[in-house]
Amino acid sequence: MSRTVTRHVTGVVAILVSAAVFLVPFAFIVMQSFKTGPDSASLEFNWPIDFVLWQNIVSVFQTRDYMLITAFVNSTILTVLSVTIMVVLSAMIGWVLARRSSRWNPLITFFILAGLIVPPAIVPTAWVMQSLGIFNTIFGLALIEVAYGMSFCVLLFRAFVSNIPRELDEAAAIDGAGPLRLFFRIGFPLLRSVIVTAIVVQSVAVFNDFANPLYFLPGEENATVQLTLFNFQSQFQTTWNLLFTDILLITIPPLVMYIFFNRQIVAGMTSGAIKG
Amino acid sequence: MYPLWFLLPGAAIFIVLFIVPTFASFYYAFTRWTLFDVEFIGFDNFVTFFTDPQLSKGFTNTLIFGALTAGLKVVLGLLIGVLLTSEIWARGYLRAVVFFPVLVSTVGVGITFQALLDPFDGVINQTLAVFGIDGPGWLTDPNLALYSIIGVDVWRGVGLAALIYMAGLVAIPQEYYEAAKVDGASGWHRFWNITLPLVRPATTTVVILSLIGGLREFQLIWVMTGGGPGFASDVLASVIYKQYAYGFFGLSTAGNVVLFVVVSAIILPLFWWLNRKQTEL
Repeated sequence: MSRTVTRHVTGVVAILVSAAVFLVPFAFIVMQSFKTGPDSASLEFNWPIDFVLWQNIVSVFQTRDYMLITAFVNSTILTVLSVTIMVVLSAMIGWVLARRSSRWNPLITFFILAGLIVPPAIVPTAWVMQSLGIFNTIFGLALIEVAYGMSFCVLLFRAFVSNIPRELDEAAAIDGAGPLRLFFRIGFPLLRSVIVTAIVVQSVAVFNDFANPLYFLPGEENATVQLTLFNFQSQFQTTWNLLFTDILLITIPPLVMYIFFNRQIVAGMTSGAIKG
Repeated sequence: MYPLWFLLPGAAIFIVLFIVPTFASFYYAFTRWTLFDVEFIGFDNFVTFFTDPQLSKGFTNTLIFGALTAGLKVVLGLLIGVLLTSEIWARGYLRAVVFFPVLVSTVGVGITFQALLDPFDGVINQTLAVFGIDGPGWLTDPNLALYSIIGVDVWRGVGLAALIYMAGLVAIPQEYYEAAKVDGASGWHRFWNITLPLVRPATTTVVILSLIGGLREFQLIWVMTGGGPGFASDVLASVIYKQYAYGFFGLSTAGNVVLFVVVSAIILPLFWWLNRKQTEL
């Protein structure tokens, strides 16, 4: 009897604490985005006096000549481009690393771990990009995201490939498939579930990235969505209602991804994270 | 069947944009480097780094930030993980809610907490006022700013830690617990002698991931305080950005090298030690 009581009490306490700690900040964001400017300035956690979410959305989009639209386009191109390159190239690397034992493997593993651990050297990277003519371009930033995200993806793919039976490859090879066909027709489809995980995790990371665009994409015409948040904050005044409307708007894409792939992310992350 | 040239396209990007800049940084850290020219000045940048109190503050803050965030994520992540793998009410809701912050961008989280932690109007201090407590200036008090950001970073990252622990916890065979129960072990004993040793791989992952992230953290600090007030919450990563923005490229790169050494000196031995312990079990 007392055990069930403890369980119920723990349940109630957990729900209350989680609501206070995790839900209040989100409720606050939503609440502020409904408010008018003066109403939001007090930063209070109260019911909006007037509900002006739609007007707020319109003004957020209009700010600085529709900068948010440019930013959404930029962020989308950046995310799609970098994640596509990253996933295809990392899958190829993970595939070969798991299947073929070569004397290069320890060295490659070393570089993969270095990629996870070593903080990127900012100025020399900008200098290399400048000499390649890709500094301050979306394409250049996409390659940066590829370089920084690849280690994680390769680890994920390598762990997963070692669980796929080799017999499938052998059968395909006997049927006359070359390495490229073998990988893209047999390997890639088998990797589907972990590919989805990699895509979701890296898309959210690239879309939410703020530091790299700040370093490698100076200039308004190249802004990504995270940088638009600074439109509403100046040294003297912050328009909180528009700021929170902007936060709300740019959280929608990651949220949609999460809702669609919830189970997949959890399963893929945990299998990769523990083995990695 | 598995040609080595599969590695080449990825390797090319990685070498050009990651390895080459890293090696170049070992040279440029020893220079006075502006947009126009490079002058070799030996260890001067490093001397500046460790003698200028504003810069050396970033060094100690980096260590505090990394150690505290990793420690708190391990303890809280394990507690939440245990709670959410037990038969608790509303488990699905709790799991979703704890993981939710991972989806919001760091900038979004930083700005939200800037508002919540506002000393006068913020929700947190207003709530404290209801209980008659005079809340401090979480982000404006130099003695407190860094710790407030640490709290927010834990809030943001604990969901991921809990998730990793949950995966480790469900992999522990139930027979161990049943056997221990038969032998009359208390709940605490079972946790200490079965759960804790057997979730060790998860602990390793959480420690390593949070330390790497914590020692390199830039975004949250930059958004919430910009390293301020004064230099109270500056870490190496924010110092590197400031020197970069001011155009002191050599000094900024020296900061990168210091960060590189700090991260490697902590992570590599720890990695080796944690993995060695694991195989002994």
